[in-house]
Amino acid sequence: MDEALQLARAQFGLNIAFHILFPTLTISLAWFLFIFRVLYQRNREPAWLATYQLWVKIFALTFAMGVVTGIVMSFQFGTNWPGFMKKVGAIAGPLLGYEVLTAFFLEATFLGIMLFGMNRVPDWVHITSAFLVAAGTSLSAFWILALNSWMQTPAGHVLDGNQYIAADWFAVIFNPSFPYRFVHMMCASAITGSFAVAGLSAWRLLKAPGDMGARRTMRVGILFAAFFAPVQAFVGDQHGLNTLEHQPAKVAAMEGLWETQKGIPLVLFAIPNERTRRNDYSIEIPKLSSLILTHSLDGEVKGLNDFKDNPPVGPVFYAFRVMVGMGMIMIALAWLGAWVTRRAKLAPVWALWTFAGFTFAGWIATLAGWIVTEMGRQPWLVTGLLLTKDAVGDISGAQLGASLTAYVLTYSGMLVAYMIVLTHMAGKGARVAEKEVAQAGAALVPGAAK
Amino acid sequence: MDMPLIFMVLMGVSVLAYVVLDGYDLGVGMLMPAATNEEQSVMVSSIGPFWDANETWLVLGVGILLIAFPAASGIVLGALYLPVVAMLVGLMLRGVAFEFRMKALGWHRDLWNWLFWAGSFLASFCQGVMLGSYITGFERSFFNYMFNVVVGASVCGGYVLLGSTWLIGKTEGDLQKKAVLWARWGLLWVALGVALVSIATPLISATVRGKWFDFPSTLALMLLPAASLAAWIWVWRGVGRFRKGHAVHDWQPFAGVVAIFSISFLGLAYSLFPYVVIDRLTIWEAAAHPSALKVTLIGALIVLPFIVGYTIVAYRVFGGKAKAGLYD
Repeated sequence: MDEALQLARAQFGLNIAFHILFPTLTISLAWFLFIFRVLYQRNREPAWLATYQLWVKIFALTFAMGVVTGIVMSFQFGTNWPGFMKKVGAIAGPLLGYEVLTAFFLEATFLGIMLFGMNRVPDWVHITSAFLVAAGTSLSAFWILALNSWMQTPAGHVLDGNQYIAADWFAVIFNPSFPYRFVHMMCASAITGSFAVAGLSAWRLLKAPGDMGARRTMRVGILFAAFFAPVQAFVGDQHGLNTLEHQPAKVAAMEGLWETQKGIPLVLFAIPNERTRRNDYSIEIPKLSSLILTHSLDGEVKGLNDFKDNPPVGPVFYAFRVMVGMGMIMIALAWLGAWVTRRAKLAPVWALWTFAGFTFAGWIATLAGWIVTEMGRQPWLVTGLLLTKDAVGDISGAQLGASLTAYVLTYSGMLVAYMIVLTHMAGKGARVAEKEVAQAGAALVPGAAK
Repeated sequence: MDMPLIFMVLMGVSVLAYVVLDGYDLGVGMLMPAATNEEQSVMVSSIGPFWDANETWLVLGVGILLIAFPAASGIVLGALYLPVVAMLVGLMLRGVAFEFRMKALGWHRDLWNWLFWAGSFLASFCQGVMLGSYITGFERSFFNYMFNVVVGASVCGGYVLLGSTWLIGKTEGDLQKKAVLWARWGLLWVALGVALVSIATPLISATVRGKWFDFPSTLALMLLPAASLAAWIWVWRGVGRFRKGHAVHDWQPFAGVVAIFSISFLGLAYSLFPYVVIDRLTIWEAAAHPSALKVTLIGALIVLPFIVGYTIVAYRVFGGKAKAGLYD
């Protein structure tokens, strides 16, 4: 039973970790594409068309990866966690249902028009499709994060017999942590997408320095990152305060704080020891965490030893440092990038290499963030309402082990292929079809437009 | 208002929509090795704008199972665990292979083509195995496993038939002639499969036997097999007229196959009703809390007309014959 629980968790954890990579990119890429498309519409410059055509392909590939891994997730709710739907299905079910009905169909259907419909529909329909896809991906995130936030900080529910039902849907959806989590995730997507756009454009510029489109998109990516990365630091801080209020055990694990005390230090590095319940090799800045968390140098924060259940400290502690560290690096890099590309000339080669190297940097921070928030909720599946071990199904360890192997193999193959194809496509750049250029040219000449 | 019944109908409609829509693109995937490189591009173009949305119906179907019948979802998906995993791996492989193959050249393209085919085949076969296992209440015996394999093969045949008649509608020239030939084979395959499954199901399941051999209602029920036979003959003759070069509407065979699938689906629904897990759990026993059903139904009733509407728009935008090279 315990083995099955661990395997079921490993499998689901692997799946959501793999899945989240792709929506994180598509949510912001969809808006980037909408912007590129509108810019092309306004000035009819072939460079914007080329940009759109390249990125729409990257978007389609990323979207497909998200769709197929998302389908796996929807099945795993039933296969791995039957107790989840039994206990809180009356709340989780409708939220998932609304996601499929209002968002998933919308994005999947208009994606076809957005991808292949440029010459088949009037411009306004094509632009509207790009908008609907972007709106759909964001709406999708809205519903999923409403559910996830409710699992973290449940509200608006009542117990009816042996299951929880919604007493107030507004309170369920806009539960205490939802606004923070949603904005935090949207910023994470914006930063991840910005770095991907900047990084792949930088890669393109290393191959073909004269590519006007890549020069612009690199600048667009850097500017968005330079704006959103610091915003994210602020949002993350606010989110942390909210977590301290509603899930103090999670914060204690993030801080590596064992004993309740006043004036807690900021632990830069340590090895949390679950056995001795203290930190080994700790490097600290005195009182700083109290200042951040309570806005007072002597503020008291509750330690892990004062909670009946606490999450596994190690993963939450390390992942939190990875997330914050990556965030800091990305802020510095984005501002540096904005400085060196401030004039319309080509960025220096070292900057191109750096950004190309950081193409998937956002993924690392996002994954680390999800580990903090999801592992930090353990041992609860729904905080205070449902323990993870009470939701697991009775699939045998052998079946779980076999399927876990199948998933690991499939996912690693897909991920490697994805990254290779993306780099290859970006290196090659977009080939603007000749008739498109002719059309674009015609549109530039007054009177020659169709 | 009998909400569990409404959701049973909604789930049935989603699953049927999925079977028909993703069925044709899975079928096209399975037919890929039978075509030349040039033809493969056209085939892929014919499903490119649609397959993402087609697969969404599967998410809706399993979503309704989770939302409306949570007690059954654990039993069904737990019992079908391995075929579900295999199907998901198949769907993942074909989904990404579809995108990758358009961007690859040389042996890379061959590899993705092969994965596209293998994934389509694996997903289709597993769906059949799941269906077979579901009909017989997840019994584990040698005959049941054989039965599941036969249903798996039949579903593959059904999807190949859907795919080939889809191609008759979407293509012209040599590829269309090939599709006509494939459709003939598909029809024979499906006829054999349906016959085998129809004989085996009452033998294996007493519940189904009781429902179908209950005179005199049996006589009225025979309308269903009669109707599907009529549809089958209609498709067979339509395809035959294509072969001889007579004028036939391009979409007649596809429409006929959709009719065959719908009638079979109706028969299946009759066999299983009112169970959601046969002999174990009725739709009322498995139903979710009324509050969850109500709030979901309100959303579904408001949104589904829009979904149907813009789906039709998408099919109209990409109507007409498919051409090679989607992005050009």
